[in-house]
Amino acid sequence: METKVDSKEQSLAHPWRDEIFQIFKAGGINQVAYVPDAGHAQVIQRVHADPDMVGIPLTTEEEGVASVCGAWLGGQKAVLLMQSSGVGNCVNMFSLINNCRFPFFTLVTMRGEWAEFNQWQTPMGKATQTSFEMMGINVLRAERPETVGDVVSAGLDAAFRGGDAVAVLLSQSLIGRKQWDLK
Amino acid sequence: MNIVRTQQGTIDRRQFVGELIAACPDALIISGLGSPSYDVFAAGDRPENFYLWGAMGGAAMMALGLAIAQPHKSILVITGDGEQLMGLGSLATIGAQQPKNLTLVILDNGHYAETGMQMSHTSLGTDLVGIAKACSLAWAITAQDLSAVQLIAQHVNAKNGPGLANVLIQAHEYPKALPARDGVYLKNRFRATLGLETF
Repeated sequence: METKVDSKEQSLAHPWRDEIFQIFKAGGINQVAYVPDAGHAQVIQRVHADPDMVGIPLTTEEEGVASVCGAWLGGQKAVLLMQSSGVGNCVNMFSLINNCRFPFFTLVTMRGEWAEFNQWQTPMGKATQTSFEMMGINVLRAERPETVGDVVSAGLDAAFRGGDAVAVLLSQSLIGRKQWDLK
Repeated sequence: MNIVRTQQGTIDRRQFVGELIAACPDALIISGLGSPSYDVFAAGDRPENFYLWGAMGGAAMMALGLAIAQPHKSILVITGDGEQLMGLGSLATIGAQQPKNLTLVILDNGHYAETGMQMSHTSLGTDLVGIAKACSLAWAITAQDLSAVQLIAQHVNAKNGPGLANVLIQAHEYPKALPARDGVYLKNRFRATLGLETF
């Protein structure tokens, strides 16, 4: 049985994705470390096209926890983009943020919480918020396109103006149903 | 098990680290948890040292973020084989970025010294220099003796990276030399020496 991702799911046209990039740009973000996800695709593309930003593709999400802390040590602001399945990979590395009180901002696209077809995504999706909170990272959620900008901006300010550690979860409903072509 | 390393390294870790840091006086240093942090501290405390006491597998990636943020400074990671093995993927990530100012120095005794000298994968068939080359690092060498210090220092100071030196040290445990464990203090003094505010 072959599965195919519907092109609508991969659409890069939603304005909230542009807003996220603009907020990073206005917030002086220099480094964007990521494990890719369709929901982050447009931001990643724009980061790589921006001469003032460095996009850092990771082999696993915990690498990004360490690299964004290193960026702050050297005077730059960095963010981490990942999918909910990657949050569990980061748990011990989050101790770096906690011990050194590094400002931290991560943007997480959710799986396993809304019309999920692939139940292998569900256990980590259910545990995502708890995983952050048990390691002392504050969680904000954006559920609708019109709230994404505000929530991302509030989280970024809390991190880089207030010194907090913040994760913003982008609900799976924002991305829309992933279409599976069951032919 | 695939025990392939029968010959132990001969380099004295404290002497090697002391000579290397003396030869790279301007380098910003991230040290991996356990003995490498003790070695770097034993060579003389300096605010440009950031000692990790945890975050295993993260030293090289922390240094990558720092290297991108501080392109005019030489960034030196001094870590152990076990710590680097936990972050093998970071070699691929560093290879993708090609930071010229980043050097990884692995103090390789083929064992986990901190936990009772169990063999690590560098005793069991893994070649870190081979992995570094396969990940497109600009240079990767095995250091067999102290003469490698000057070559590594030249690469560090000239920013010829990204590079990796696998240093074959004796599996000898020194008395622990303990740097500060307060991460906030280490972070703030590191930033201060770069002219950055605490926050």
